Amino acid sequence: MFTFLARRLAATIPVLLIVAVLVFLMLRLTPGDPAVIIAGDAANPEQVAQIRAGLGLDRPIAVQFGIWFGKLLSGNLGESYYFKLTVVDLIAHRIEPTLALSVCTIVLSVLVSVPLGVLAAWRQGGWLDRALMGFSVLGFSVPVFVLGYILIYIFSLKLGWLPVQGYVRFADGFWPFLRHLILPSITLSVIYIALIARVTRAAVTETLAEDYVRTARAKGLPEARVVIHHALANAAVPIVTVIGIGIALLIGGVVVTETVYAIPGLGRLTVDAVLARDFPTIQGVILFFSFAYVLINLLVDLSYLFFDPRISY
Amino acid sequence: MPPTAVPAEAAVAVQIKGGLWRALRGNWAVMMGGSVLALLALIAVAAPWLGTVDPTLFDPASRDLLPGAIGEITDLDGATIAHKFLMGSDGFGRDIYSRVIYGTRVSLIVGAAVALVSLLFGVSCGLAAGYIRWLDGVLMRVMDGVMAIPGILIAIALVALWKASLTTVIIAIAIPEIPRVTRLVRSLVLSIREEPYVEAAVSLGTRTLRIMFGHILPNTMAPLIVQGTYICASAILIEAILSFLGVGLPTDVPTWGNIMAEGRVQFNDFPHNVFFPGVFLALTVLAINMLGDGLRDTLDPRMSKRI
Repeated sequence: MFTFLARRLAATIPVLLIVAVLVFLMLRLTPGDPAVIIAGDAANPEQVAQIRAGLGLDRPIAVQFGIWFGKLLSGNLGESYYFKLTVVDLIAHRIEPTLALSVCTIVLSVLVSVPLGVLAAWRQGGWLDRALMGFSVLGFSVPVFVLGYILIYIFSLKLGWLPVQGYVRFADGFWPFLRHLILPSITLSVIYIALIARVTRAAVTETLAEDYVRTARAKGLPEARVVIHHALANAAVPIVTVIGIGIALLIGGVVVTETVYAIPGLGRLTVDAVLARDFPTIQGVILFFSFAYVLINLLVDLSYLFFDPRISY
Repeated sequence: MPPTAVPAEAAVAVQIKGGLWRALRGNWAVMMGGSVLALLALIAVAAPWLGTVDPTLFDPASRDLLPGAIGEITDLDGATIAHKFLMGSDGFGRDIYSRVIYGTRVSLIVGAAVALVSLLFGVSCGLAAGYIRWLDGVLMRVMDGVMAIPGILIAIALVALWKASLTTVIIAIAIPEIPRVTRLVRSLVLSIREEPYVEAAVSLGTRTLRIMFGHILPNTMAPLIVQGTYICASAILIEAILSFLGVGLPTDVPTWGNIMAEGRVQFNDFPHNVFFPGVFLALTVLAINMLGDGLRDTLDPRMSKRI
């Protein structure tokens, strides 16, 4: 198992390295002078020259990457030109709302989608199954922000049950914190629920057809035990896999949801940085999100050992 | 997949060869999604004749009208004409209905172009990776890297770097889609290249390029068409998201995302500015997704069992 752990970690490193190269090249291979792009439209020639010297743009591109990558390894993502802060501080400052929103969304999605998927597989072709499949196509089609506005319109503006927008930090009280997260989490979870429920349904449908399920029924186990302990337990691997893959979807959704609900998190930071053409921040946030995505999927791979003891790498 | 499943699939394939059109026509999702999509394409082409005005025209006297209100609009020559604002007007006094109708054009063009571009590059890379062994490792590692970056972030960053235009938006949305197509094509190639007919072609001395494009590519068509519809749907959504976030096409271009981005400011008072384009957007994406699901079930029964 430890050799597996070491191998799996070692396989992650090239991916992270390639991500770093791609994020670096994204800016350098763009037509035009990166220093001018970074400095923005309002910069004077001195500032541009300063940035050019700071980035070492007169040196060969491999050397430039070396310098940039060296800084990256020592935890230096550069300095934001717009926010006048180091990018690391900026990310640390904005991470709480994004983390809270993501965790709420994942918990909500899993709690809703897995039981629904299991029930749909259990009574395949029934009304719940058809409703769920219809919902999942719809869930993939309704844009996150349209859904967000529909929910705001109904629950905040018409019914007045929940706050329209904004975010309250966890330290400022749990209930206000949670109240502000309810609508954003529901908004963000719809597409995630659609994805996980579909895969759960497919995976459980497959395991329900296995011989051991028939055996379990034949020996007279209660149906709930058959479905949960025999069918669902053996369908766990594809379900956790899709939860991991869906994180990419979640990150995309976070960017939009935080804009709709005016939540000052990393997603909103991304948009603000793009609008301000603040490239050190854009690079930093993309690197952060990508690394998080890769690491979460590493954890998902490791969880296979727990969910399926047959797997011994 | 147990070996007993093979004859059943072979039978389906034969049956489809006998009457592809009939198989598609018998599929409810294909017909429904296809009809709605055809209707939207018709709307896009016929936009000028659907009771619309130039979508960039505005009139301060007709600001913030409710749907169905009658107001006036000033045309480019300065003449003022009476106009019925079917979907109301925005804060500049522009006709939402005209903007939504013309927005159909942008969305459909972006969807189709992104699907074509990403399929083109994805198929080339996938064929190369699956058939040229020494390229495989390098190419697939790069693709892994691209896939590790959430697609929407790549699109946002690229559009910001390039200054948004229709071309840059299309390329920026297409790039993160390429690795998925590459993976799909590569895995298909790896299984098809073991087929007897490819072996026969190799032993006859057929050139590599001819084997790739003449023997292998045609057999990857069904899954690729299905994948293409999904890319198209997601591209339309991402274009709208880019516009909505304010990093997409310039704000005077009538796109659904732009209309919603402008409507967002006055959402509390005039929610229709967000809802009408939102409904069109959701309907379009829904139609394409249904078409994709239906095509998948008809063309590629093996894939439909998996999800």
